[in-house]
Amino acid sequence: MSTLSQTTEVVDPVPGAGAPHLPGQPDLVQLLTPEGERVEHPDYSLDVSDEELRQLYRDLALVRRWDVEATALQRQGELGIWASLLGQEAAQVGAGRALAADDMAFPTYREHGVAWTRGVDPLHVMSLFRGVDQGGWDPVATHFNLYTVVIGAQTLHATGYAMGLQRDGAESATLAFLGDGATSQGEVNEAMIWAATFSAPVAFFCQNNQYAISVPIERQSRVPLYQRAAGFGFPGVRVDGNDVLAVLAVTRAALAAAREGQGPTFIEAFTYRMGAHTTSDDPTRYRLASELEEWKLRDPIARLKAHLSRSGIADAGFFASVDAEGDELAARIRRGTLEMADPAGTEIFDHVYAEQTPELVRQREEFVAYHAGFEGEGH
Amino acid sequence: MSTETLTIGKALNLGLRKAMEDDAKVVLMGEDIGKLGGVFRITDGLQKDFGDDRVVDTPLAEAGILGTAVGLAMRGYRPVCEIQFDGFVFPAYNQIVTQVAKIHARSRGRLPMPIVIRIPFGGGIGAVEHHSESPEAYFAHTAGLKVVAVSTPPDAYWGIQQAIAHPDPIVFLEPKRRYWEKGQVDVDATPDPLFASRVVRGGDDVTVLAYGPMVKTALQAAQAAAEEGRSLEVIDLRTVSPLDLAPVFDSVRRTGRCVVVHEAPVTLGLGSEIAARVTEECFHSLEAPVLRVGGYDTPYPPSKLEEEYLPDLDRVLDAVDRSLGF
Repeated sequence: MSTLSQTTEVVDPVPGAGAPHLPGQPDLVQLLTPEGERVEHPDYSLDVSDEELRQLYRDLALVRRWDVEATALQRQGELGIWASLLGQEAAQVGAGRALAADDMAFPTYREHGVAWTRGVDPLHVMSLFRGVDQGGWDPVATHFNLYTVVIGAQTLHATGYAMGLQRDGAESATLAFLGDGATSQGEVNEAMIWAATFSAPVAFFCQNNQYAISVPIERQSRVPLYQRAAGFGFPGVRVDGNDVLAVLAVTRAALAAAREGQGPTFIEAFTYRMGAHTTSDDPTRYRLASELEEWKLRDPIARLKAHLSRSGIADAGFFASVDAEGDELAARIRRGTLEMADPAGTEIFDHVYAEQTPELVRQREEFVAYHAGFEGEGH
Repeated sequence: MSTETLTIGKALNLGLRKAMEDDAKVVLMGEDIGKLGGVFRITDGLQKDFGDDRVVDTPLAEAGILGTAVGLAMRGYRPVCEIQFDGFVFPAYNQIVTQVAKIHARSRGRLPMPIVIRIPFGGGIGAVEHHSESPEAYFAHTAGLKVVAVSTPPDAYWGIQQAIAHPDPIVFLEPKRRYWEKGQVDVDATPDPLFASRVVRGGDDVTVLAYGPMVKTALQAAQAAAEEGRSLEVIDLRTVSPLDLAPVFDSVRRTGRCVVVHEAPVTLGLGSEIAARVTEECFHSLEAPVLRVGGYDTPYPPSKLEEEYLPDLDRVLDAVDRSLGF
């Protein structure tokens, strides 16, 4: 049998993990098994209090509740589109909670869980997907850049920002988010070259959710993604992206190394996009239901819940209170989204430049005069 | 008053030096700009004096230069990126158009992008492919960018400083075949504004517009025309985006005739936009349609053919004749 027919015929329930053409894969860094059992890892440990564990659970549950509400709002026609994070909550919350206050995060367009950890108001994310603005939060105040839709472009921004931190003598780092598909982009590879060359304080956080819309990871890389880092001259590590504790530990270590001048790290958070790419996508066209079922057994929230319950760190009352908080959050998000005012038409002219051009002044006046012409006509 | 005779290249070098002295946040980035001083030596000696953190020899990847410049700008720096040759800007085109140009608007002003993108542009140096292009229309067409094209040593000296101090991203086009042209630079003068065109030769019969390397060509044509008793008014546009056309309209209302000259291909080049605007504003004054003299709609040719491709004095005069004969 040819290699080609093998790759087309073998049904791998965990894409990437057992692909026949890949070299031997080490275990993922894991601190919490899918069954909710705490395990030790020789290189990564996490000292975490019970209260912090409950807080992490709360983060995970709330961002999922937000995500569910956003998907529903899109289905009801209240959002233009929604990019769901379903299944990637642990990767995002773990990475987000690893950031120090002055670290700067550079998201793609799916990092709602990271936004949450940076204190971004969910409504400022909803406004983007409703078409009111391009993201309503202040990237400077929140240390969370605006979403970047062009795949991988933000990895260079994170690297450049990190070079600025170096020049400022700041003891901070940046965290560049990217997906598995982005690793094929030239700009992402350039970012890793720059980061290595200048030993910039940046960590690359790649959520390998197995698919770039419909295209599986095998079409992006012949080697496990974390192994790419070696070619650039810095460490790469694969972490169980559905294990919030392992993600937190691995990302903290990478950011600490960056702040200490040791340069970049590439983190591959091995996870799964349980939903569609966006609400416009139909994953049944390109993946099997059995694969999704397999990954449901690795659900990032269920495993932490199991751990908290079994170890007595949280009781039924706690979980009920988080559920109630989630419902309140969802109601607030729904209400806030529906109440969002449409922006004024003149806003399109107002921030193109820091110093407005005469031509745009003229076009803006023309726009205002044109629309004023309809006043009183019931428009 | 301290006036020096400088080439355009040296004027740029001194302007960059002054900008770096004035503002510690100015960082130069590019390929071969450090030890070598750039392939045209525009950054000669700057790394030695300002260090390799401020004059950065980058890896050989233009998207990387512009993408990291975005991050540095977000951190409060003022990156000045050198693209080695015009034809090499395209690997960075994605960052320039989708990021540099849009981040100010995307962030509603919270993230200014004071980035200068220096590009030696245009032909006439006998180079191989991709070393002689005029990409200004791509950038002028992109909202969020500003585009200037200098033509003289004083404009090079002041313009680069003004561009670096400006809060918006600027594509700064340097007329590479004129790098060695000399002129008087008064470093104590008050410079003209960056985004302003300038009448560089008064005349009554035809208004000739040019920028960058074609200003000299237009002036030569005006000189030759004068010997035949024709009076051309030559305007150096200086800024390609935003265009400063008020002096052009004033001129065309007097002359009734307008010829636009650039090296870039004519179709949808700057001449097209200028022709439309002049027609809108000066319709009743025009005695002839606005004529364009530019490169042909072909790839830039091998160097043995570039003299035939590029507008020269004779092609400008030919257009002047056609305008007057209309």
